[in-house]
Amino acid sequence: MATMTNEETEALIQEVLEVYPEKAKEDRAKHLMVNDQDPDKSKKCMTSNRKSLPGVMTVRGCAYAGSKGVVWGPVKDMVHISHGPVGCGQYSRAGRRNYYIGMTGVDTFGTINFTSDFQEKDIVFGGDKKLDKLLDEVHGLFPLMKGSSIQSECPVGLIGDDISAVAKKKAKEYGKVVVPVRCEGFRGVSQSLGHHIANDAIRDWVLGARDDDDSFESTPYDVAITGDYNIGGDAWSSRTLLEEMGLRVVAQWSGDGTLSEMELTPKVKLNLLHCYRSMNYISRHMEEKYGIPWLEYNFFGPTKIAESLRKIASFFDDKIKEGAERVIAKYQAEYEAVIAKYRPRLEGKRVMLYVGGLRPRHVIGAYEDLGMEVVGTGYEFGHNDDYERTTQDMGKATLIYDDVTGYEFEEFVKKIKPDLIGSGIKEKYIFQKMGIPFRQMHSWDYSGPYHGYDGFAIFARDMDMTLNNPCWNKIIAPWKQEAEEDEAIAASA
Amino acid sequence: MALRQCAIYGKGGIGKSTTTQNLVAAMAEAGQRIMIVGCDPKADSTRLILHAKAQNTIMEMAAEAGSVEDLELEDVLKTGYANIQCVESGGPEPGVGCAGRGVITAINFLEEEGAYDEDVDFVFYDVLGDVVCGGFAMPIRENKAQEIYIVVSGEMMAMYAANNIAKGIVKYANSGSVRLAGLICNSRNTDREDDLIIALAEKLGTQMIHFVPRDNVVQRAEIRRMTVIEYDPKAKQADEYRELAKKIIENKKFVIPTPITMDELEELLMEFGILDEEDESIIGKAAEA
Repeated sequence: MATMTNEETEALIQEVLEVYPEKAKEDRAKHLMVNDQDPDKSKKCMTSNRKSLPGVMTVRGCAYAGSKGVVWGPVKDMVHISHGPVGCGQYSRAGRRNYYIGMTGVDTFGTINFTSDFQEKDIVFGGDKKLDKLLDEVHGLFPLMKGSSIQSECPVGLIGDDISAVAKKKAKEYGKVVVPVRCEGFRGVSQSLGHHIANDAIRDWVLGARDDDDSFESTPYDVAITGDYNIGGDAWSSRTLLEEMGLRVVAQWSGDGTLSEMELTPKVKLNLLHCYRSMNYISRHMEEKYGIPWLEYNFFGPTKIAESLRKIASFFDDKIKEGAERVIAKYQAEYEAVIAKYRPRLEGKRVMLYVGGLRPRHVIGAYEDLGMEVVGTGYEFGHNDDYERTTQDMGKATLIYDDVTGYEFEEFVKKIKPDLIGSGIKEKYIFQKMGIPFRQMHSWDYSGPYHGYDGFAIFARDMDMTLNNPCWNKIIAPWKQEAEEDEAIAASA
Repeated sequence: MALRQCAIYGKGGIGKSTTTQNLVAAMAEAGQRIMIVGCDPKADSTRLILHAKAQNTIMEMAAEAGSVEDLELEDVLKTGYANIQCVESGGPEPGVGCAGRGVITAINFLEEEGAYDEDVDFVFYDVLGDVVCGGFAMPIRENKAQEIYIVVSGEMMAMYAANNIAKGIVKYANSGSVRLAGLICNSRNTDREDDLIIALAEKLGTQMIHFVPRDNVVQRAEIRRMTVIEYDPKAKQADEYRELAKKIIENKKFVIPTPITMDELEELLMEFGILDEEDESIIGKAAEA
């Protein structure tokens, strides 16, 4: 299918909206738009970060998912307690592939589920005593643990447990950080509020720890990576580039990150923000309180990497600027070889995305480096500032959808007929069964890393092996295929 | 005779527990087989029957045993004066946890364990003051209490609470078989109290089933953790409770209440001289310096 015009895309939106009842139609219309690079026009069109309609099969998560699953969970040398009934922690355990180095259960705890496993009696009599005891156990069993966080599940908020009081008491008792996070799942409309609550907890309970302590020897080249969760090793393939250009990475937030790295972050010269959505709050806070500038960067695909490296270098002296050029030059042969190999196999292919965080806009450049075009994109839990940042990266008359419903996504795909869809596990099998190549873009489909030059090579390979997999020719049963061929012959005769 | 389940509601401090226990003692004396289910974390709904302060409650026992599934009915069911079966839901101390959930868990436990299958003629739920959440409405949900008695006095806030409780009953009456069965006036010796409560009952579409006068013998009995029926069976007050018991046993007037608006309630109070005509000009004004 050829590129659609503005009118055609608008007509498609109207057609899809047609099946909704009047009120739902009115609501959903505000979440769907035809991209227009003129920022004044696009801003007005998009409504985001609103409550999902019941019955539309949203794939959004909750505040607990945003705090425990995204922001806090990857901090590897802390114990993160899922405070409440067992399910929230157990069914999200180790699901996000935040790689880390360490001996799990000894000095790192990322893939373990710690839970207070609420029972009826804890609801009726309150869970504070149990939490107190649990923290005793955790401190006793894991002496190398650096601190802990209490991630509230819904019931904790309903019965009004005072987890902050318990946290303060235990922190004093053991001399280790205990962070209460009031990220009850019913708060807010998606995981997005959970990110914000988690950021605020870092601000209130962690960041100021070394305010009066100058023992850390800083350098003019200290930076922190924020908002990289090290999915499949993403932060590692990013970090090497920064170090090669001469910067010192003091902290990684929060993939493969540690408590002391977070505490040291106020000492850096620049915060490098990868996932804007989940960590812009803390970056802004550090800008205000410590005067640390922050920069949103993008390490997907060589074009954006080079752009970002130069932008980062512009904050520093010539040594770093030269370093950036040196890094770009060093990897040039490598990424050109990747492009030379895969671009001919992927050229002109059209992609639809629907993911969270930063990816709905950040991966566009990587696809374009491979000659592919992103014709539709959307955020699960984006805000208006995300959409403002997206319109420039998307082509004219492409489709943008916010908190897309199961029905809408399927209908859009049927009409636009993309060659590849990049979304999550909940979408994967639906579209594969429709015969459309699909990559999970939350977990990199158990592959990765995708960040940096190393990641680009893997990204290109993965897209190729998915798109050009011979299985897609076998989707139609042989007898049906024959019938189709016969029809085609008959038609042409 | 089929089991009758009754719930006693009313403003906090109005004397629900005392009235309930004296009432059931009189009913038991008349040969009725009774069970009291205390639905209040304070667990003081059965102490006049058992002569004991706060018996082992369902929730406390469950917490000790691990979960409510580990409990047996005989662990929590105690027998008191005149074979009255007593059980308390129990719950947390003030300020922690969720007392409402405790009531839900306890009542579910009693049902599942077949507590009501025993030979019982009446179950009385004694519920804490205000129906602040779903848990405290548990006794009036479907297949539980069908008769609601509201304890009230001639004081404004007590009547206000009674009207609010009536609103709650309407909500559940429309979807189930719960009905308002009457107002029990527990006298505070206010002026024309009986007429006022009769008038309120009329407006709510129900009856004042009995006027229980104030008598210090109730307090004297209570100091000994006894009902008047047991402490001083010849007292005049004991006869009042017997009269109330008789009326409840014979009661047939079960209605979906017709709660009144705040304005109507105020009008009623003004008619009886309890509330003065409102002076709109002084509202929001501080005292003169």
